[in-house]
Order: sequence, then structure tokens, then C-alpha cells
Amino acid sequence: MILQGLTFYLFAAVAVAGGVMVVSARNPVHSVLFLILTFFTTAALFVLIGAEFLAMVLVVVYVGAVAVLFMFVVMMLDINFVEMREGFLQYMPIGVLVGIILLVELLMVLGTASMSPEVLATGTEPIPDLAQRHNTAAIGDVIYTKYIYLFQAAGMILLIAMVGAIVLTLRQRPGVRKQKIADQLARRREDAVELKKVQPGQGI
Amino acid sequence: MIEFLTIGLGHYLTLAAVLFTIGIFGIFLNRKNVIIILMSIELMLLAVNINLVSFSAFLYDLVGQIFAMFVLTVAAGEAAIGLAIIVVYFRNRGTIEVEDINLMKG
Repeated sequence: MILQGLTFYLFAAVAVAGGVMVVSARNPVHSVLFLILTFFTTAALFVLIGAEFLAMVLVVVYVGAVAVLFMFVVMMLDINFVEMREGFLQYMPIGVLVGIILLVELLMVLGTASMSPEVLATGTEPIPDLAQRHNTAAIGDVIYTKYIYLFQAAGMILLIAMVGAIVLTLRQRPGVRKQKIADQLARRREDAVELKKVQPGQGI
Repeated sequence: MIEFLTIGLGHYLTLAAVLFTIGIFGIFLNRKNVIIILMSIELMLLAVNINLVSFSAFLYDLVGQIFAMFVLTVAAGEAAIGLAIIVVYFRNRGTIEVEDINLMKG
């Protein structure tokens, strides 16, 4: 129990510090790296709480795909990031004000809320004992039966996002000579070669 | 001391609240840089995921984790589309400063 508590505080502190660095780092590349750190520590917290599958999905999807995507965009766009930080201090007071108000509100809600014991019994899909069925299998049991339509809809969302991203960034450049295989295959001998009867001693 | 080290639902919810606030704060702080704003949104979605997963774990209900997975899906799609829009905008205008984005003002 003590070890669990210490682990939670360690990872929570690292996650919060990483989050602060994401929004305040001077260099956007460092921001992306701190974002990756935050995702990793959150995955560790998920393992701690018993959600192993989501922890691994977080590492694969967020760290492996989303953060790398951010990294590519940050490094490939030629942007003057120093210029972008102008007004950083100017926005600081209002940002701090809004942040503190929001945090106090959230913590007030947390502090006064209490859960009735009956809520524990209202769960629709109880988590099975980890010794009998591990987390990934338990999620699979539910997601492929009861939530299959939502799961398919999530797949459709990803497909639409993929098609949208490709359509947005695909560039049709005029004046580029490309191989037209259909035209090449449709060529016949008569289109290319013309035989002329040339009399000896005369030109064409 | 032992009570301090016993991790309950409140600990996780507090962490999520702090991360969410950092996300909001980041949007205010980096008003000019769209990429950092997108990263702040990702932080906020992560905080929401922590909320869902911790409720799921402490209420012994698996549905929270499944919904966290759907939130993750939407976050991935949102990041892809958002970054694609940024790339296209940069190609057309040569800048991604938020204050210069006024093409649709008419």
C-alpha cells in the first residue's frame, strides 16, 4: 500500500511537471518531448490503477502516433517560434486568473462531492477478478459484444479522419510529367511509325 | 501518514483536475501558437481520460475504460485533422499565427 502511494505521488508529480513544461517551454520541440513524458507517466498511472490495456493503447496511440505527428509538423514547418512568444507575459495574468478560478471550482466540487454506496452496485459491466480474466480480455468481452456498433463507429471516425487529412494535404501540382501507363499501353504501331516509300536518288 | 499514502478516487480526480487546468492555462498562455494550443487540447483530453479510467477502476465498472478508448480515438482523429489544416494553412499563407488567421472573416 505504501509503495503504491509513493509510486502514485512520484508519477503524478512528473505528469504535472511535464504538463507545465508543455505549455511553458521555449522550444516547441521540447514541448512535444514533455508531452510524451506526460503520456508515459499517465500510462504508468493507468497500470497502477489496473487498466493495463488502456495504458498500452496510450503508449502506442499517443506516444507512437500523435506525438510523433506533432513532432513532424513542428520540425517540418519553417516557423519563427521566437516571434510567436511575443505577448507571452501579457497573457500570463489572465491565464493564471482563469486557471486558478477553474482549479478552485473543480477542487470545490471534488471536496464536497460524496458517493453513495449504492452507486457501486449500479455498474453495468463489473470488472472481473484480475486473476481469472485479465484486463485486455475483459475489455474485449464487452467491446465486441455490447459496444460493437460504437466500436465500428470509432473505426469509421478514424477512416474519415484519415481520408480528410489526406485530401487536405494532397497537392496536385500542374506541369509535372508523370508516367501514364494507360496511354503507353494504348499505343499502337500505326500511331508511332509511318512507312514512306522513298524512290532511289530522291529526297522525301 | 498511512492515510496520506492510501490512494483513493480523490487523488486521481485531483490529478485530472490539475492537468485539465494546465491545458486551459496553456491555451491562454500561447495565444499565438496553434501547435501548442493543439497540444494543450491533447492534455485536456488526457485529463478526461484519467477521470474516466479512475471512476471505472474505483466503481468496478468496465464501461469507463471503453469510453476512454473512444475518447482516445476521437483525440487521434482530431490531432490528425488539426495538424493537416495547419500544414495546408502554412502552405497557403506562410504563417500559423492565430491573429493572422482571418480568411473567413469576409
